Amino acid sequence: MKKESKIPQRLIQLGVLLAILLVWWWGTLPGRINPLLLPPPAPVFKNFWLLLTTASIWPDLWVTVHEWIVAFLLASTTGCTLGYVISRSGYAVRVFDPLLAGLYSIPAILLFPLYLLFFGLGSGSKIAIGTTIAFFPIVLNTIAGLAYVDKAYIRAAQSMGANDFQLFWSVMMPAAFPVVLTGLRLGCIIAFLAILGGETISSLAGLGHRIVSLAENMESAQMFGNILFAILMAFIINGTVSYVEARGRRGMQ
Amino acid sequence: MNRKGPLMSPGIARLLVIIALLALWEVGARLYADPLFLCPPSQAVRALPHILTDPKILNAIRITVYEVLTAFVMAVICGMAIGLAVGLNGFTKQSILPVILLLYATPQATILPLFILSFGIGPAAKIAFGFSHGIFPVIVTVVAGVQNLKPSLLTAAKSMGASRWQIFTTIIFPHMIPSFFTGMRLGMTAVLLGVLLAELYVSTAGIGFFTRLFAESFSPPDLFALISVLATIAVVLNEGCRTAERRFSRWHTA
Repeated sequence: MKKESKIPQRLIQLGVLLAILLVWWWGTLPGRINPLLLPPPAPVFKNFWLLLTTASIWPDLWVTVHEWIVAFLLASTTGCTLGYVISRSGYAVRVFDPLLAGLYSIPAILLFPLYLLFFGLGSGSKIAIGTTIAFFPIVLNTIAGLAYVDKAYIRAAQSMGANDFQLFWSVMMPAAFPVVLTGLRLGCIIAFLAILGGETISSLAGLGHRIVSLAENMESAQMFGNILFAILMAFIINGTVSYVEARGRRGMQ
Repeated sequence: MNRKGPLMSPGIARLLVIIALLALWEVGARLYADPLFLCPPSQAVRALPHILTDPKILNAIRITVYEVLTAFVMAVICGMAIGLAVGLNGFTKQSILPVILLLYATPQATILPLFILSFGIGPAAKIAFGFSHGIFPVIVTVVAGVQNLKPSLLTAAKSMGASRWQIFTTIIFPHMIPSFFTGMRLGMTAVLLGVLLAELYVSTAGIGFFTRLFAESFSPPDLFALISVLATIAVVLNEGCRTAERRFSRWHTA
């Protein structure tokens, strides 16, 4: 049943994509849309291909990836540690969980001007904004995962004489892992988006910086090529992280 | 629960934690920080009246709120319409929904310059950018909400001869309400992000202009005060949507 319905579905999706490309090509024929706003597909894909085959994007890409990795590592270590510490006592959960959830509903991007002031235009402010944004889903999910482990499991393990470490390693960890992983996945993705956003607003280097400076120089075809590259990167990240999450989940069971 | 120990209620403890953090910040900022970059919270509070009475800043805040609300209303209406159109039909769901998900997953911050190119540096670009952030979560939750519709209800209504319109008003619409409000909440978060990103990127009269001005003129008290005003507005808007969601989803679980 599932196998049969898959192929027409893919064909329809392919058709829609082709239709979009066709509309794009038709709309950008000479005399229609201003090529500064939307360049025709051919030069965009040519630029995209150039990006993939030449090394010109590497320095900027490395800046962004470096910021992203540092931000994610910072957010995940602090988020998981704090989440673990808070989840140890039910009282602390009741005190801190609403506090963190309340802070989470403030759009963290508001802090970016402050971070620019503190950490400057370079990588520091992007790492800071990425860390702040990724921290909240990670810590909240860690608390949610660890604090709401079924009490019956814990009591069973304790009555069979498990010590603290055993309890953590063989009961709490496996039970909480999927929820924590979801937090890590969310944090990983939104850290990337936040860093791109920060680089777009003001920066000295990086993928977002590159796109903005191309836009400001009215190099539309190149800018679209870079945007395609960023989109491709977001997809690869999304796919990889979801795959790792699914693998981790299965590995734990 | 509380009888276990001499613990105070979590609410009071939370308040104490906040006060302790503010005190730590106050002391730390007074003793160690460079006043050009960081100010103690008391100074930020003292800057609040100045921020809230300056007509230019008030106007900037008003513009930003106007941008958020316009983008939000547009995103909810269009997202709802598109979500229904896509979700209620098997063909469109198979063909268009993946494209929508694809667009949803693109890092929109990278196309911000495009919005500025097409809509200029005024409020129009912010509204458009907020709209493009907000519409996708609305569409996706509405589609998910339509999907959760029990087919037996539809079949029952159809077999009793209900018209399309009757089916929509009596079955689809009431079932949509919870997901509609969830979509609204997610949409509000996204619209806020979009509008603020665009404001911070380039702005002539909105709050982005003033955050940049305060940061570049090294007056952290003003910056902190303005940011806390904006954060308060954002939290009020977010919480409004959350309350509406909780209130209108209640019938569903009952």
